[in-house]
Amino acid sequence: MTARGFLLYAGMALLIVLTGMFQGWNLALTILNMGLISAIMSLGVNLQWGFAGLFNVGVMGFVALGGLAAVLVAQPPVTEGWNAGGLRLLGALALGAAILVGAVQVWKRKIGGSMRALVMLALLIGGFFLFRASLDPAVQAIEAINPSLSGYLGGLGLPIIVAWPVGGLLAAGAAWIIGKAALGLRSDYLAIATLGIAEIVIAVLKNEDWLSRGVKNVVGLPRPVPYEVDLQRDPGFVEAAAGYGLDPVTASTLWVKILYSGLFAVVLIVILFLAQRALASPWGRMMRAIRDNEVAASAMGKNVTARHLQVFILGSAVCGIAGAMMTTLDGQLTPGSYQPLRFTFLVWVMVIVGGSGNNYGAVLGGFLIWWLWVMVEPLGLWAMELITSGMSPDNWLRGHLTDSAAQMRLMTMGIILLAVLRFSPKGLMPER
Amino acid sequence: MAEPHLIGEAMTGGYGRGADILHGCTLSVDKGEIAVIVGPNGAGKSTAMKAVFGMLNLREGAVRIGGEDITHLSPQDRVAKGMAFVPQTSNIFPSMTVEENLEMGAFLRRDDIRPTIEQVYDLFPILRDKRRQAAGELSGGQRQQVAVGRALMTQPSVLMLDEPTAGVSPIVMDELFDRIIEVARAGITILMVEQNARQALEIADTGYVLVQGANAYTGTGAELMADDEVRRTFLGG
Amino acid sequence: MTDILNAIVALSNFVLVPGAAYGAQLALGALGVTLIYGILRFSNFAHGDTMAFGTMATILVTWGLQSIGISFGFLPTALIALPIGIAITGLLLLGTDRAIYRFYRKQKAAPVVLVIVSIGVMFVMNGLVRFIIGVGDVNFADGARFVINAREFKEMTGLDEGLAIRTTTLITLVTAAIAVALLFWFLNKTRTGKSMRAFSDNEDLALLSGINPERVVAVTWLIVAALATTAGVLYGLDKSFKAFTYFQLLLPIFAAAIVGGLGNPLGAIAGGFVIAFSEVLITYAWKKVLVYAMPESLEPSGLVQLLSTDYKFAVSFAILIIVLLFKPTGLFKGQSV
Repeated sequence: MTARGFLLYAGMALLIVLTGMFQGWNLALTILNMGLISAIMSLGVNLQWGFAGLFNVGVMGFVALGGLAAVLVAQPPVTEGWNAGGLRLLGALALGAAILVGAVQVWKRKIGGSMRALVMLALLIGGFFLFRASLDPAVQAIEAINPSLSGYLGGLGLPIIVAWPVGGLLAAGAAWIIGKAALGLRSDYLAIATLGIAEIVIAVLKNEDWLSRGVKNVVGLPRPVPYEVDLQRDPGFVEAAAGYGLDPVTASTLWVKILYSGLFAVVLIVILFLAQRALASPWGRMMRAIRDNEVAASAMGKNVTARHLQVFILGSAVCGIAGAMMTTLDGQLTPGSYQPLRFTFLVWVMVIVGGSGNNYGAVLGGFLIWWLWVMVEPLGLWAMELITSGMSPDNWLRGHLTDSAAQMRLMTMGIILLAVLRFSPKGLMPER
Repeated sequence: MAEPHLIGEAMTGGYGRGADILHGCTLSVDKGEIAVIVGPNGAGKSTAMKAVFGMLNLREGAVRIGGEDITHLSPQDRVAKGMAFVPQTSNIFPSMTVEENLEMGAFLRRDDIRPTIEQVYDLFPILRDKRRQAAGELSGGQRQQVAVGRALMTQPSVLMLDEPTAGVSPIVMDELFDRIIEVARAGITILMVEQNARQALEIADTGYVLVQGANAYTGTGAELMADDEVRRTFLGG
Repeated sequence: MTDILNAIVALSNFVLVPGAAYGAQLALGALGVTLIYGILRFSNFAHGDTMAFGTMATILVTWGLQSIGISFGFLPTALIALPIGIAITGLLLLGTDRAIYRFYRKQKAAPVVLVIVSIGVMFVMNGLVRFIIGVGDVNFADGARFVINAREFKEMTGLDEGLAIRTTTLITLVTAAIAVALLFWFLNKTRTGKSMRAFSDNEDLALLSGINPERVVAVTWLIVAALATTAGVLYGLDKSFKAFTYFQLLLPIFAAAIVGGLGNPLGAIAGGFVIAFSEVLITYAWKKVLVYAMPESLEPSGLVQLLSTDYKFAVSFAILIIVLLFKPTGLFKGQSV
């Protein structure tokens, strides 16, 4: 890292410390934790965009798949649900997969043109009804069981940390499918395709109640760190807190957040280390060569589409890991809260502002933009109050302006993105 | 003797800030005559013509048309001065009809363009039959006719063609050359770059052989064809 | 026989009429996307929010008109406000182009850079709309609700099924038809319109022919403002206005434009209807129609809904992927840059 890089990181640390001093350490740690997660997402997108020039605007979908992994891994299994239709449901899913594979196999056969298409179409349409016929009763049976509290299959009951790599795997699987279809096409086609897959992932999470309870949300996920109430009951902890002059409640909240920060920091450092190694390796050089001149690279015998698929899967997996971590931090999966502006395009702002192609830049962008995202709201409110301070309290415009201050976020992010693109297109920490 | 209608004098320059490609190259054509630029690959033939048309910056030298200095005009402004240029590739509007291509050629004109369109159709009768067809659907030779026709729509005094016969069959090539002679007879000055040097020199009033961005040989087409040196080096014996 | 008629009426009421209206709205949106792609050569991610902005401007003018007591009889007041909304949106787009896009055009930036820039514009426009009108649902349709309602239709025909045609549906179809006719007349018959097509076809040659690129770009933005605002207002009249819904329309609109062939206006219209009808057909519960159409013994027990309505994005997406896999330039030949 350059001297400029150190300065920028020191400045970022200072921002968080100042937040802690003026607005409370609880808020500072909250920002830090989401900052760590944002940094990982940003690294994932940087792998795809910065290394390979792939335009993925489906980050939200991969993040949500990570969240799903947290539920599937850590929630206790719902035995009644499994008894009611678990196996039938798995059978139906297997049938659906078999139909798709069959259709692909038919398509790959080199037999007479229209015949092949007709057989495939018949297989797909017939298969769809067969699939629905076997899936629907199972789903109804599962969702009928105690719908207000469970009504789903639950998970495997494993420690939630396991969900992090699993989230990466789920995201990687989805990335493989979408990459197979859309890579090798023009860059904006990939963008639209990823935008679509993200919406579909969210639609599945919202609608397939047997899987994720849909909009009824899964709450109370197990934690990798102790609960605050347990800490407050632990005499040793209370004593240690008193030693720092803190009351047990504050101390326990802070301590839990610090533990999360520690866990997240470890993941971030590992991924950052791997990404740096990858960037410097022959593989990374080849990726950048392909990014800078696809035609020349493919003329040199590099399989551009296969390399792109690799890096697309890797980057999406990183986003999936971050998504699982985020759901762990929240302690709940709320499919309704996934919004593309927040989970896809904001991550893009992070990468561009930080410096595409530079891993340290992406991490910095993750922290900085997240900090801004949180702080713009109070700052906007403050600015609005300043602007409107001359108006009478019951002025219509004054009320409207202060009410709308919360909407300043998106505009600010847009202006920051446009300003960076215009005046410093390589970002705060340029690639070289 | 009066100055030739079109003259690019001692032109030196290259693309952007890159190295010079032209080194004191001079090209001139009299009114209603045909000048052909030939030479080996990479000799700067197309570059010389683009320099005349203002598509690259000259460091030295001047371009004059009808005695007027146009060295510092943009290509668009040179069109207004009576120059027309037919690029080697993508020289038509493929999704537009033949007639619309011609109309676009006359975009800057505010007077009645019907008579000019008729003249183009008289020159290239096949285009009259295909006037409602999208230009992109035509054959290679017909597309070149559309391209030349489009350039003629501004009623230029100078027509510049960059390898008009690239990629068309020999029969179509002869046909195109015949048409080009006809255009010249109508009083239009023609400057063109050609790969098919032998056939091109046959119809040329003046021929320029360029080597490494400079004039190597200059003479009438017949003179160059008769010159042993030129024949051996550039025309393949 | 009446059963068949009932089936047809039910099908029209729940599938054909709403599908046609939605298709017209998508087609207008996709036309804007496709024009920007053809002339400025990038996929404009801010298009959904341009529609939202135009609709918001129109709503504000509508409210202004209503407050001074102007209405449009049985037609919605928004139709009077529409031209003003278009003008405001046009100014915004011209300003955006001058302040932001022109810089990258002069630099001859890669299309993907412009796409990212449009994401920045999307954020700003989205924020602007939320800031001015808020995030809630706004219903601004006034005038008569139905041209013909279900009860009247039943009484008129004596059928069991009613066919309701809402005023907004009819307005959508008529306005869209007028807009498309005007657009095609403009592109095919006027000098400026032809110069736009020429610019889209072959930029360098257009420059050689003396076509002024800045003028072509400015005209394009104005047309896009008109199309986007019209599409947005029609959609808002039909359903309701909510900033976030418009952002989500981006996906079906892009799907329509790509399915039809990016850069091809005719394709955009076809694509809009293909996407709209597929969405409606696949997410419609067919029971009602089948009950009439099938003999009693074969009547379905379930709703016969292929996919729940929440999967409508999946439908546009699936069609998009199929087209990309088998015919990447779209049904009508589009450009590939």
